[in-house]
Amino acid sequence: MLNRRPERLIGPIAAVAVALVLTGCSPNAEPSTTSPPGTSATEPPVGIVLMTHDSFEVSDVLLESFKNESGIEIRLLRAGDAGAMVNQAVLTADNPVADVIFGVDNSFLSRALEAGVFEPYESPLLDAVPDELEVDPRVTPIDFGDVCVNWDKAHLAEAGLPPPATLLDLADSAYRGLLVVENPATSSPGLAFLYSTIARFGETGDYTWIDYWTDLRDNDVLVTSGWEEAYYSYFTAASDGDRPMVVSYASSPPFEVIYATEPLDEPPSAVMTDGCFRQIEFAGIVAGTEARSAAEQVVDFLLSTPFQDEIPLSMFVFPANENAALPSAFVEHAVVPEDPLTLPSGAIEENMRRWIEEWTEVMSG
Amino acid sequence: MISSGALNRRRRIGKAALIAVPFTFLGYFFLYPLVSVLGISFFPDGEFSLSSFSTVLSRGSLREAIWFTVWQAVASTLLTLVVAMPAAYVFARFSFPGKSFFRAAITVPFVLPTVVVGAAYLALLGPNGPLGIDLRQTVWAILIAHIFYNYAVVVRTVGGLWAHLDPRLEEAARMLGAGRWRTFREVSLPLLRPAIAAASSIVFLFTFTSFGVVLILGGLSYSTIEVEIWRQTTAFLDLPVAGALAVLQLVGISAILVAYSRYQERRSVEQQLRPVVEVARRPRGRREQGLVWGTLGFTGLFLGTPLAVLVGQSLRVGGGYGFDAYRSLADASATLVPPVEAIGNSALFATTATAIALIVGILAAVLIAYYRGAVSRWFDVVLMLPLGTSAVTIGFGFLIALDTPIDLRTAPILVPIAHSLVAIPFVVRTAVPVMRSVRTRLREAGAVLGAPPARVWREIDLPLVFRAMLVGAGFAFAISLGEFGATSFIARPDAPTLPIAIFRLLGRAGAANFAQAMALSTVLMVMTAASILAIERFRVGEMGEF
Repeated sequence: MLNRRPERLIGPIAAVAVALVLTGCSPNAEPSTTSPPGTSATEPPVGIVLMTHDSFEVSDVLLESFKNESGIEIRLLRAGDAGAMVNQAVLTADNPVADVIFGVDNSFLSRALEAGVFEPYESPLLDAVPDELEVDPRVTPIDFGDVCVNWDKAHLAEAGLPPPATLLDLADSAYRGLLVVENPATSSPGLAFLYSTIARFGETGDYTWIDYWTDLRDNDVLVTSGWEEAYYSYFTAASDGDRPMVVSYASSPPFEVIYATEPLDEPPSAVMTDGCFRQIEFAGIVAGTEARSAAEQVVDFLLSTPFQDEIPLSMFVFPANENAALPSAFVEHAVVPEDPLTLPSGAIEENMRRWIEEWTEVMSG
Repeated sequence: MISSGALNRRRRIGKAALIAVPFTFLGYFFLYPLVSVLGISFFPDGEFSLSSFSTVLSRGSLREAIWFTVWQAVASTLLTLVVAMPAAYVFARFSFPGKSFFRAAITVPFVLPTVVVGAAYLALLGPNGPLGIDLRQTVWAILIAHIFYNYAVVVRTVGGLWAHLDPRLEEAARMLGAGRWRTFREVSLPLLRPAIAAASSIVFLFTFTSFGVVLILGGLSYSTIEVEIWRQTTAFLDLPVAGALAVLQLVGISAILVAYSRYQERRSVEQQLRPVVEVARRPRGRREQGLVWGTLGFTGLFLGTPLAVLVGQSLRVGGGYGFDAYRSLADASATLVPPVEAIGNSALFATTATAIALIVGILAAVLIAYYRGAVSRWFDVVLMLPLGTSAVTIGFGFLIALDTPIDLRTAPILVPIAHSLVAIPFVVRTAVPVMRSVRTRLREAGAVLGAPPARVWREIDLPLVFRAMLVGAGFAFAISLGEFGATSFIARPDAPTLPIAIFRLLGRAGAANFAQAMALSTVLMVMTAASILAIERFRVGEMGEF
């Protein structure tokens, strides 16, 4: 009888396979960076898991010196973009994976607060933070940035156009086909820009935000799914594209100077200071952490000047701590709009979905 | 002398082990997290509710997304088959200088992150591009990008089997007076059907679940189920609607897979596979020369142009060109982690993912190829499902499910495990058709000559399967190098992979950041090509050439 089945071999192969999986993977699975919160609290250094989004940056030097001073080892846990991170925090609220979370912004704050993700903490360093950034006792403001329209100086000058000054200018036929924005359903600056138009024009009255967007659409505004495409594929100052106005950040021009391929005296683009939306990023202590006092020290660290000094160049936003020193390129080229627009976090959580759906309807109409 | 009872027992243990490894792996790292997420979706307040399905079907934008998902996937699959078939033939039947390099190079697009290729395509398909027409935000941009991405799947899967078809069959048909086209249609095509079906099912899966391409090139007008799942989950945390969409996506994909699997069972023809060296030859005469070089020229232009755009952008320095971006990869600017670290991380993750995918994949392939029946057919389908499950669903599933018995939710090993889930189908898909096609008679002959089953398998099956394994390993490694979606949704320690590092650089203003992102993309391309080249060159003693 012919046996065409090779199972006699399978035993040894499977054994080798299991052994390989176990041995081959164990160096990788070394729990040095993954211990659940608090388990290593008894032995020095204390490990604190800091959950954050993909844009977070901190230098190794700083983490190292914090560890030497405080005996606390910060282990970073990346969890996608700001929205994905907040959702992961919400889903694990009952059995958290982190001790401290950084990077919740005002768009997603109330979702995190409602889910009971954070427990209150008042950092002694809050004295150096402007009151308008302090929104809720459960979270600590760490930085802020403004989403604003940027324009290409050379391109507009060549076209003989004055720089746009207000949101309404963008809907003016003189600027027809010149603006690129991001889809608020898929992009954080796109969403911030939608909020600024809602904050400015409101939902009721003669001219609502819906009317404004209808005018923008009729003025041939282009919508991309993300900031990367808008900026690096369509914005004339940063690509071979054909759109000299883009929804970006107030801090984009200093970045053009700091991260230029050839030294620049002046950034090629400038910021329209009207209609900016202010995003504030918060840190908070995760409710139920077993290492409360170390977690407090980590929040204080995020608000301390050594870390705050790094923020402009690492995350291109402004430090919340007024004692932080700004790099010279920031002082020279960055703009802090005087009256940025904002919306209450609760109103955002309540209406975001409806606004995005209404916006999509207007724009595909 | 081993008693027959002991033999049977060993056989049973062997079979159990064969089944246990892939089942446990897939069950724990895929089905369990998936079911956990869907549990939250359909028991929103502790009570079972299917109302989210009616929400999905009553919303116009979601219905449109479902319809678009289906038709663009069908169109993309057919177009990719047609466009890539000549290259599959040329790579299978002819030898030409630089062949192994070309074969590795065509796989590069397959693994490039869409956020990178998207930028190149927006430049190429814009009004200033070589085509001269603005295709941005049209369905054509999406279809062209899908062909670009999946070209290698057809060339390698179909070409892989074609290279082993006995050319004497075709020669006989030609000798009997059949033309080239008729020979292809009536001799080669029927024999190639298993591989064509395999390639189609993979291309269909990839385009059915297309995410980045649709997001970047489709603009406002086009959306797939995958894009909607992501939006509903990350923007709105609407798990009921996301769950309903995920189930619809899985149902669509399972239907195709079951159909494929039944077809494969029925159609698989045992045939005499020939060693590659005997089959491939230099092109003879004008016609063949033209065919070979014309096809290679088209392939080079079609796949190479977007890649050349990337390389060009990485070399831009102000108004001129230079290697500044590459030099700066090694230094940490003021605070950033040096991007070069991402190369090491990616290499480590990809090696681990390839090892896992090979072990699980080969055991699964043996199971599917040799134990025909309901269990192995269903297993084949389940293996493919990770390709049809949205990355955000898998990422959130890990987070919800993997906290007991050991808390694995934030373990670094989850990243290569997620990569291997996507890579295993490639290992299985390349190995199964070859395993099934090995003629029973070859094995019988071996057995009659006194070889025990293990030796038959080692000396007859294994050498033939080995090449398929190498191809699968190449794919697994490349997939892991380029994987972005699942990686970005896993809560993971701070060890950025190449695509994640590229994405982070692209998220910052400044020409140097952009150039660095493009330089890192070029590094990713080169690593991919080099690793595939190395794996295919890899030979173990006599198993190498067959």
